[in-house]
Amino acid sequence: MTKVLVWVEHDGATVKDATLSAVTAAAQIGDVIALVVGSGVGGVATSAAQIAGVTKVLVADDAIYANALAENVAPLIAGLLGEYDAFVAPATTTGKNVSPRVAALIDVAQVSDILSVEGPRTFTRPIYAGNAIATVESSDAKLVITVRGTAFAKAEATGGSAPVEAVGAGTESGLSTYVGAEIAKLERPELTSAKIIVSGGRALKDAATFEATITPLADKLGAAIGASRAAVDAGYVPNDYQVGQTGKIVAPEIYIAVGISGAIQHLAGMKDSKTIIAINKDEDAPIFQVADIGLVADLFTAVPDLVGKL
Amino acid sequence: MKALVTVKRVIDYNVKPRVKADGTGVDLANVKMSMNPFDEIAVEEALRQREKGVVTEVVVVSVGPAKAQETLRTALAMGADRAILVSTDDEVEPLAVAKIIKAIADEEQPGLIITGKQAIDDDSNQTGQMIAALLGRGQGTFANEISVEGDAVTVKREVDGGLETVKLVLPAVITADLRLNEPRYASLPNIMKAKSKPLATKTPADYGVDTTPRLKTLKVGEPPVRLAGIKVADVDALVAKLKEMGVA
Repeated sequence: MTKVLVWVEHDGATVKDATLSAVTAAAQIGDVIALVVGSGVGGVATSAAQIAGVTKVLVADDAIYANALAENVAPLIAGLLGEYDAFVAPATTTGKNVSPRVAALIDVAQVSDILSVEGPRTFTRPIYAGNAIATVESSDAKLVITVRGTAFAKAEATGGSAPVEAVGAGTESGLSTYVGAEIAKLERPELTSAKIIVSGGRALKDAATFEATITPLADKLGAAIGASRAAVDAGYVPNDYQVGQTGKIVAPEIYIAVGISGAIQHLAGMKDSKTIIAINKDEDAPIFQVADIGLVADLFTAVPDLVGKL
Repeated sequence: MKALVTVKRVIDYNVKPRVKADGTGVDLANVKMSMNPFDEIAVEEALRQREKGVVTEVVVVSVGPAKAQETLRTALAMGADRAILVSTDDEVEPLAVAKIIKAIADEEQPGLIITGKQAIDDDSNQTGQMIAALLGRGQGTFANEISVEGDAVTVKREVDGGLETVKLVLPAVITADLRLNEPRYASLPNIMKAKSKPLATKTPADYGVDTTPRLKTLKVGEPPVRLAGIKVADVDALVAKLKEMGVA
């Protein structure tokens, strides 16, 4: 049986949802072994052991792994792949940073951002911003894969009781050091796991108008807030709000696009949403070609009106 | 110190790709091609570092068909000093590109290697990380801001939760994200000047790299089509729809 190592995405305390989708994908390839890497991550390992479908948890707990620096983490994983057959990571910024480094260390071509498992070595993945879907078969002895979270159901976070085993730490690479982070404290759901997302585009004019227009609607719906690249580039909101080909890929139950024209790069990030609602005053905006429900209206009157009536 | 920048010739980002009817790939015949947008940002960053006096020479490399020369000329017109085309008509996977760049880096000894974070055709997002792995160097992926001081580069990275800062020992590899800078346009005089800048042509074999793909593409198909839905007349109708969905 193929033994698949799955990268457990965590914040030092809890297992992130992206892990659960990766576990589902990995389970279609073989036996799932969860790999927890970090510093002081005993609690995370305990949680990972409860994920349904996980057969074993490996924990590399050491100060050098504190911030998942790829230079320290990749050699550890490459070493473990002597014994395991595949490495699967969620396509988060951490997964995307670490996995290719692992793949190159063991001379394997990575399969990025898979959408489905078609066979033991065959996968589908999006190319050209999701305008085409490639079915690829790996000829490498080992597999290195990143998983698009929205394409796989989440494994149950509880119900399992896998044994936990410590693995020895490697050495500090001496190549990189962690300086710090500016991580926004979220008072609302995370974009990639939210059920409803309200997203704003360039039409929102400026940061204050974005906040004044989008936030009340998001609050009313208990929604996460996203944005188009144009809105992020214009400085209305921080980079981590960006939905699109190169930003976050989302697939909520309801995606409300406000003042977003619908460039293909944006559509690539949200077109798998269950229901798409678009509010835009330009009735020819491409967003209406994918929207389930469209409202041609001036957002500055329609959105406050909507907030009032919900 | 030298900066080595990788550039890829890809379908222009404004063009909607069409899948070939026989399912073998995307139709690139008579389609406008341009420099991968992230690579433009990478070139721009190298030029800015040169303007700051950090970098002394900007060398651009492309692995691709003969026509990738045009992409290299664009980079030269932006201001790069010289170019290397590693010419091949085969599709070259990120791992093989990384091996070629490693070989070039062994010759050129750049202090900074800057790549785009991903190419908008295969969307792999691998090459920079792989180059760093093969060279045994630090990697500053998804860079939002970089500053070189002494023998280290500080990189602010775009991560899922916001921004993260790492410090890398030079030489290092950087992959450019969207907001690292806004690339300049090449002026007409610079476009003319670029024609006489040095451009060396090599092959993967010159670097001893086997580019045989490890991934076999069995099929390229259309994504599931999303049908346009309905338009509602006003906010009241939208509220009614939301209520139907159990939202409000």
